[in-house]
Amino acid sequence: MSEATTLRLRGIKKAFGEQVVLGGIDLDIPLGSHTTVIGKSGTGKSVLLKCISGLLPPDAGSISSGDSKGAPPCSYMFQQNALFDSMTVEENVALPLREKGKAKKAEIEERVSDLLGQLDLTAARKKYPAEISGGMKKRVALARALITNPEIILFDEPTTGLDPQRKYSVFDMIRSYRKRFGFTVIMVSHDVPEVFEISDKIAWLDAGQIKYWGSPEDLLANPPEDLKPFLNPQLTSV
Amino acid sequence: MISKIGRQSIRLVSELGELASFSAKASVALPGQRHILEKLTRSLFEIGVRCVPITLIVGLFTGLVLGLQLYYVLTKFSSESLLGQAVALSIILEIGPVFTAIMIVGQAGSALSAEIGIQRNAEQIDALHTMQINPIGFLVSPRLWAAIVAFPILTTFFDLIGIYGGYLTGVELLGVDPGAYWNRIYDAVSLQNIFNGLVKALVFGVVTTLICSFQGYFTHRKADIPGARGVSQTTTRAVVYSSIAILVFDYLITSFQMAK
Repeated sequence: MSEATTLRLRGIKKAFGEQVVLGGIDLDIPLGSHTTVIGKSGTGKSVLLKCISGLLPPDAGSISSGDSKGAPPCSYMFQQNALFDSMTVEENVALPLREKGKAKKAEIEERVSDLLGQLDLTAARKKYPAEISGGMKKRVALARALITNPEIILFDEPTTGLDPQRKYSVFDMIRSYRKRFGFTVIMVSHDVPEVFEISDKIAWLDAGQIKYWGSPEDLLANPPEDLKPFLNPQLTSV
Repeated sequence: MISKIGRQSIRLVSELGELASFSAKASVALPGQRHILEKLTRSLFEIGVRCVPITLIVGLFTGLVLGLQLYYVLTKFSSESLLGQAVALSIILEIGPVFTAIMIVGQAGSALSAEIGIQRNAEQIDALHTMQINPIGFLVSPRLWAAIVAFPILTTFFDLIGIYGGYLTGVELLGVDPGAYWNRIYDAVSLQNIFNGLVKALVFGVVTTLICSFQGYFTHRKADIPGARGVSQTTTRAVVYSSIAILVFDYLITSFQMAK
C-alpha cells in the first residue's frame, strides 16, 4: 500500500504522570477503510483517538499521511455526542461552517439542508437535542462530523449505552454512510464480535501496545492466546 | 508542615499563572471570532438585561436602609441636611459597584461557571477543539467584553435607584427637606466620584467574569470529584473567589484613588 493512502502512526507515546498509557504505537491505517481499535477498558483506546485528532499532544512519535505531517482533516464523534443543548439540530450541524471558513449563509443553509436530508433528519431540524431520540442524536453528531467533508472520522465508542437493536442500527449507519461519503473510519469499540462485521482492520490495544493488527477474519481464525478471554468472556464462579 | 505550606504555595502560584494565561487568551480571542455582534448581544442579554431586576431591587432596598441608618446617625449631629450627600457618595463610591458586582456574580457568574463546566463534562469543549473553533474565543471572550459593558451600566442603575431609595426614606418618610437632599448631592458629587465608581465596576466585571469562566473551563482539573459534584464544587468556588476578589480589588482601587 502506498504511503499516500495510509495514515502512519510512528512511536506514539503518551503518559499521564507515572502512568504510561501508550508505549509506542506504530500503525499504518489504510485511508478509506474502517479500522476498529478494541481492547479492555482503560487501555488507552480513547487516548489514541485523541492523539490522532490532536486533542491530546503525544509525548513522542509522529502522525503523518503522504508527505504531510499530522493527520488529514478529521472529525470526531464523541461517546455522548457532545451536541450543544442550546442549539437546534440544524444550528449544531452548521456550527463548524458558521464559525470557520468563508462559506456564505445561503451556502451553509443549503449544505446543512442537503446533509440533513441525506441522514433523514429534515423533520428534526428545528428541534433541540433534548427533544430527539438517542439514535437521532447519533445521526446529528454524524452530520456535524460530515459537514466539513473530513477525510477521517474518529468514533469513540459510538454505541455506548444502546440496546442491541440500536447498536446494530448505529453500526449499519456508519457502514452505509462510509460507503456513500467515502470517509475513513477509525473507531474505538467494545462491541466484540459485532464490530468485526463492519471493520476492514482490527487493532487490539493492550498494555500500551498494539498486540494484533489485521483483518477480522484472520483474527477470528487465529486469535492470539491473550485475546481469547476478551473475545469469549466466561462467567467465573465466586 | 513546611512541605505542606510549600506545596500549597506552588499550587497557588501555578493557579495564578494559569489564570493569567487564560485571561490573556480570553482578552485577545474576540477579533478572531465570527458573528461577533450576535455573540456580544447574547452575552449582554445574559449578563446585563437578566440582571436588571435584581440590581434594581437590591439597589432600592440598599438606598432605603442607608437613608434610614444615616438619618439617625446624622440626627445626632443635627446634620440631617447632609443625608443626600452621604447616601449618594456611599453608593456611588462603594456600595453601588460592590453590591452590583456581587449580585451579578450570584446570578450570571454562577450560571456562567456552571454552564461552561457542564460543557466541559459533556465534551462540548473538546468538540469545539476538533472543529478547530477556539473554545475560549467562542465561550469566554464575548462574555468578558459584555461584562465590561454591562457592569458599569448596571452599577449606574444601582446608583440611581439607591439614591432614590435614600430620598424615599429621608424625604418622604422622615421629613428631610427635598431641596436640601438633591442640592447636597449636586454640590458634593463630582464627575471624578462617578468615574471612580465606574472604574471599580469595570474592574470587577473583568475579574469576576474571568474567575467564573476559569473555574468552569477547568472544572475537570479543579474539582476534587469529576462530574455533577465537580461542577457544583467549581461553581461554588467561582462565586466565593469572585466575592473575595471584589472586596480585595475594591480595597486596592480605593487606595489608588485616595492616593491621587
